[in-house]
Amino acid sequence: MARGIKDKVAILGMGCARFGERWQDDADTLMVEAFEEAIADAGIETSQIDAAWLGVAFDAINIGPSGIPLSIALRLPNIGVTKVENYCASGTESFRGAVYAVASGAADIALAMGVEKLKDTGYGGLPVRSRGSTFDMVGVTGSAPGNFAQLAAAYRAKHGVGRDDLKRAMAHVSVKSHANGAKNPKAHLRNVVDIDTVLGAPMIAEPLGLFDCCGVSDGAACAIVTTPEIARALGKKDLVTIKALQVASSNGWELQQAGGWDGSYFHTTRVAAAKAYEEAGITRPREQIDLMEVHDCFSITELVTMEDLFVSKEGEGWKDVRDGFFDADGNIPCQIDGGLKCFGHPIGASGLRMIYENYLQLLGRAGDRQRKDPPAIALSHNLGGSPIQNVSAVAIVGLADA
Amino acid sequence: MSETGILGFGAYIPKRRLQRAAIHAANKWFAPGLGGLAKGERAVANWDEDALTMAVEAARDCLTGVDRADVQGLTLASTTLPFADRLNAGVVKEALTLDDDVRAADATGSLRAGTSALLAALGSGLTQLCLAADLRKARPASEGELTQGDGAAALLVGRGEVIARVIATHGVTVDFVDHFRATGVDFDYGWESRWIRDEGYTKLLGGALRDALAKAEIAADTIDHAVIPISARGVAAGLAKKLGIRAEAVIDPLQANVGDTGAAHPLLLLVAALERAVPGQRILLAGFGQGVDVMVFETTDALARLPARRGVAGHLAARQEDGNYQRFLFHRGLLDMERGMRAELDQKQPGSTLYRHRKAVLGLVGGRCTETGTVQFPRSDISVNPNARAIGTQEDYPLAERPARIVTYTADSLSFSPDPPSYYGTIDFEGGGRLVTVFAEVGADDVEVGKPMRMVFRINAVDEQRDFIKYFWKATPADEGGQ
Repeated sequence: MARGIKDKVAILGMGCARFGERWQDDADTLMVEAFEEAIADAGIETSQIDAAWLGVAFDAINIGPSGIPLSIALRLPNIGVTKVENYCASGTESFRGAVYAVASGAADIALAMGVEKLKDTGYGGLPVRSRGSTFDMVGVTGSAPGNFAQLAAAYRAKHGVGRDDLKRAMAHVSVKSHANGAKNPKAHLRNVVDIDTVLGAPMIAEPLGLFDCCGVSDGAACAIVTTPEIARALGKKDLVTIKALQVASSNGWELQQAGGWDGSYFHTTRVAAAKAYEEAGITRPREQIDLMEVHDCFSITELVTMEDLFVSKEGEGWKDVRDGFFDADGNIPCQIDGGLKCFGHPIGASGLRMIYENYLQLLGRAGDRQRKDPPAIALSHNLGGSPIQNVSAVAIVGLADA
Repeated sequence: MSETGILGFGAYIPKRRLQRAAIHAANKWFAPGLGGLAKGERAVANWDEDALTMAVEAARDCLTGVDRADVQGLTLASTTLPFADRLNAGVVKEALTLDDDVRAADATGSLRAGTSALLAALGSGLTQLCLAADLRKARPASEGELTQGDGAAALLVGRGEVIARVIATHGVTVDFVDHFRATGVDFDYGWESRWIRDEGYTKLLGGALRDALAKAEIAADTIDHAVIPISARGVAAGLAKKLGIRAEAVIDPLQANVGDTGAAHPLLLLVAALERAVPGQRILLAGFGQGVDVMVFETTDALARLPARRGVAGHLAARQEDGNYQRFLFHRGLLDMERGMRAELDQKQPGSTLYRHRKAVLGLVGGRCTETGTVQFPRSDISVNPNARAIGTQEDYPLAERPARIVTYTADSLSFSPDPPSYYGTIDFEGGGRLVTVFAEVGADDVEVGKPMRMVFRINAVDEQRDFIKYFWKATPADEGGQ
């Protein structure tokens, strides 16, 4: 394996806009809001940024092509700005660009911005779009809930879990995230819900009901990264460094090879997690990880991801979920900020929003929702696509001396 | 000696059977006089079916046990072809993965098009697929809405081991306009039924049948099965009686349970006749529309050896009672329901892309690695098999006739579908190959992981801006349609 980037890059500052239905605001305003917080946190001038990456997923209703919209919104000093798109993993992908630039020495200070302006779509949920003229002839243009719902049928069949048992465990995921989101002033959805509300909600895509689906939001999140040496030279004392950053992309095996993937898990997440643990030197994730932000686009996604990250045993994730292992006061809180479910899911911003929360928690700056036992290692998992064909990104950040 | 005749047959009748009482219940305030027709049920094609897709299904049924390389030509007869200028039979050819060197033609212009195509095929000297299909369209509260039905029939004709040899043919052409429909117009305009009965059925059709039998010196009472495909009550029986054909020989016109399937109807009833016939019997076939076609067949011993197929009987059994008249109107474009913004996705089909991928899209042809045997859809330069990085080793591998099983699925209520919820999922084919596709004709109790499925040719999407229909293959429970 490659040498990796463990502790080569530190987070200098982060920012996150309030997520939600930002009817009054363009993507520009959201980016500025996230940037203002990040640059103040970093304690540098805009002119000190050497390069920038912009993660956005839906350009049709959004800011259009290229990195120029970020350069204009922040009036960056004619530095290189690269737009990246990798489905819902675009946020972590922009972070990867900035982190790699610093790790390589090509940039001293780099910026990653993720943004999505979704509430100009005209309807709830993600915009319906083409996947290209070849796919459109033979592929199914299903909805996101429809694509992810299929995990449930396969999971039940493989592990012999009853329909009601799984539905209840899935409901626990959402109840937990609503309880967490209620404590987060930047979250889109801040209402507490009970399990009967979740179970009784209208069906969106069998077996996912309304509360099994995350919010679709406007928002932006931003990271400024540099080397630990520069960070210290700039006066930073408590450093959060990158322990691992891995992205795994499907190559068609799940989609095309009969008898291979069984539909019940994320092949790419297992690949990305295994590599990330190796890069970070983590051998017992269930004991060594203190906090997780995962891609809970749907309750069933979060549930199977607990297994794909090797935190729960295969086939037993639903029991850990049900037993509160991932609750805010559980062994490994998952979505302590409300997650995609309640913080919201402005696609390109989500990966950075997860890292933002982990960063705040590691520095003890998460306010009412701060984890009681101070965390040292936190993982974020950002997934794009659908179970059968996707991009999975795992980012592990931690205290510099952890 | 090599004889000319019928080598095989097949049928297709859509699963949903709309209850005529439901139609009349909605319309009786306006058209109380139609109450007499409000009995029984009619076959209705789903939103993703048309004359072309139904013809493909009938053809597949007909080709049970047949080497498709034997087919030299095909004709698709219909008065409701989806394309006015794009060879509809050419799409059928691709769906059936027939060789490029087959002849193909559309036959249209009359409800007699099916029998005329059959007459031409019998005279061609080639092994020909003769297909007939119609998706009938009638105004709400019209008589046709109650008496018509959707369906398709297929006959393979030519020389060889025929199941029925042709022993007489006859044709008459007269511009008798009982009804008409101008090009580009949706609905028929018809004349008085009493005139049609007296001048059309009794004189024109009856006369042609009499002349045909006389010319061939066939005594009417030697006919064992008579296909007189007239849905008007009592007409077929009355003509038979006048001609001296035994009452029990008259083939049920399927008015009670299917409806008049237009250009397909004579051939559909011929299939029903062949299903009930035994070797050594005579079948009379008539087609009516601006004249008359008549054929007489005699079944052979080969009929008893024909492999089992769904046919008319299988499709009649695989029925789903449907009382949803409003859905029928919506599916026929007769009701403009609010479909929401999700239905606005542009479905433009680049012609060059479709042409490059025509085998995969229309024929469901995947690839098989000649080194590892790995099957995949669609084929690609580099095999999907992670254990063998083989490049450029794939050969065509048709998947449409392969049985499959559900790997996983959902019922999606969010995506736009004309028939919500939209069921779709992943299936694995027996022998390899995996596909994510839409499921056709399923409800909540029809899907589960591991459930056996088979493929059907359907409309995948319609480009409403440019009036182009995009076809692809969907999966349906394997037990649908009997056999």
